[in-house]
Amino acid sequence: MPKIKMPKGSPSIDMTPMVDLAFLLVTFFMLTASFRTAEPVTVETPSSISDKIIPENVIMVTLDRDGRVFFNLSDPEARKEMLGNMLTKYKVSLNDEQVEEFSIMSTFGCTMQELPAYLNTEAARRPDFQTKGIPTDSTRNELLDWISFAAGAAANTGKTAYEEAKLKGGEPKMEDFKPKFILRVDSKTLYKDAATVIDVFRELNLNNLNFVTSAEAIPVN
Amino acid sequence: MAEIAESGGGGHGKGKKRAKKGSTRVDMTPMVDLAFLLLTFFVLTSTFSKPKVMPLNYPAKVKDPKSVKAPKVNNAATFILADDKVYYYRGEFYPKTKPGPEGPTVLEEANFGSGEKSVRKLLASWNEYVIRNKAILQQKLDKKQIADSTFTRLVDELTVDKEAVKVLIKTDDKALCKSFIDLVDELKIANVGVIAPTDLSPAEKDLLKATKN
Repeated sequence: MPKIKMPKGSPSIDMTPMVDLAFLLVTFFMLTASFRTAEPVTVETPSSISDKIIPENVIMVTLDRDGRVFFNLSDPEARKEMLGNMLTKYKVSLNDEQVEEFSIMSTFGCTMQELPAYLNTEAARRPDFQTKGIPTDSTRNELLDWISFAAGAAANTGKTAYEEAKLKGGEPKMEDFKPKFILRVDSKTLYKDAATVIDVFRELNLNNLNFVTSAEAIPVN
Repeated sequence: MAEIAESGGGGHGKGKKRAKKGSTRVDMTPMVDLAFLLLTFFVLTSTFSKPKVMPLNYPAKVKDPKSVKAPKVNNAATFILADDKVYYYRGEFYPKTKPGPEGPTVLEEANFGSGEKSVRKLLASWNEYVIRNKAILQQKLDKKQIADSTFTRLVDELTVDKEAVKVLIKTDDKALCKSFIDLVDELKIANVGVIAPTDLSPAEKDLLKATKN
């Protein structure tokens, strides 16, 4: 019986297909990736069956598990307008750099007095910034002012965006361009704390709120 | 590919000096390494699912709460969230001092599980009318007997029907947002159209305290 001979081929394998695939995947991920913006708080949202995707033009209030309040307005143009109004009202002054920094950062949470120091802090260090969040007490309700100025500014930019979309053709719905009010709560936040923020919204007659949730499968009966 | 490039041949023969023949193979190992590194980076950092939102309408704030009487709601159910427990009662609230036709209100305990006393089972039985009629409408929609917009309108009308259950949500000081969202989620699963988060009345607080102990 003849012995089975091991083929004496070269030990190198052609890896071209694998590398092709690797590059294809790299390209795919590079193009599709949307990066998470640095947030000063980590919030574990509860889950729900809702399948409505978070809208574009939003005013978002975040509550962490200790009940600290954070604020975010998605539109950078509206942010500048809102900041201007807030600075005049609370008589705080910022330099141009700080204003620029404010318009590009995302969620923030500090009192108006702390704002200059907060903006001078590096983005990566902000989670450690010692603050109690945006005050919501009835005597000094800064959140109420943030929301009301933000709603005004976002409504204006929304209207401009709507006009532009109309000029481009198609039939845009005004509803899609109006700012939406989003509440992002941690699973372990006390509802009592969320209720104070909800009351601030209701004070301004903004009764249609949205809760951020992570998706969950719809149960089948 | 991964093999080491051979050193270019081209011995020094006698006679004419020839230009060194370079190998046609390029060592691509570093490039491939980098490609995989990037691949791993993007796979791990990219977020695919955008967060979802759950809309909820709150009742408008009343400037003078004493001037407005609570409207009579037919087919109402009230859920009370306390710590990690859920209590409920049907219909109107009757305190011990002023019992209704069936005596004073008693709080029953429910849970978010899947047993007999789960919120889902309870709501499914209470809101059976809406769920049944919605299924009929869905069938009609599937058979193309009614239009999309008509379907949405009819379902909206159905959920505020006299027979449909309306739910009030009340929370005590220690209730977590998770249980609140879970409850609203269950209500949406059961097609409850009228959801009103309100405050606990003092009488209800007392009853809750008594029930807990």
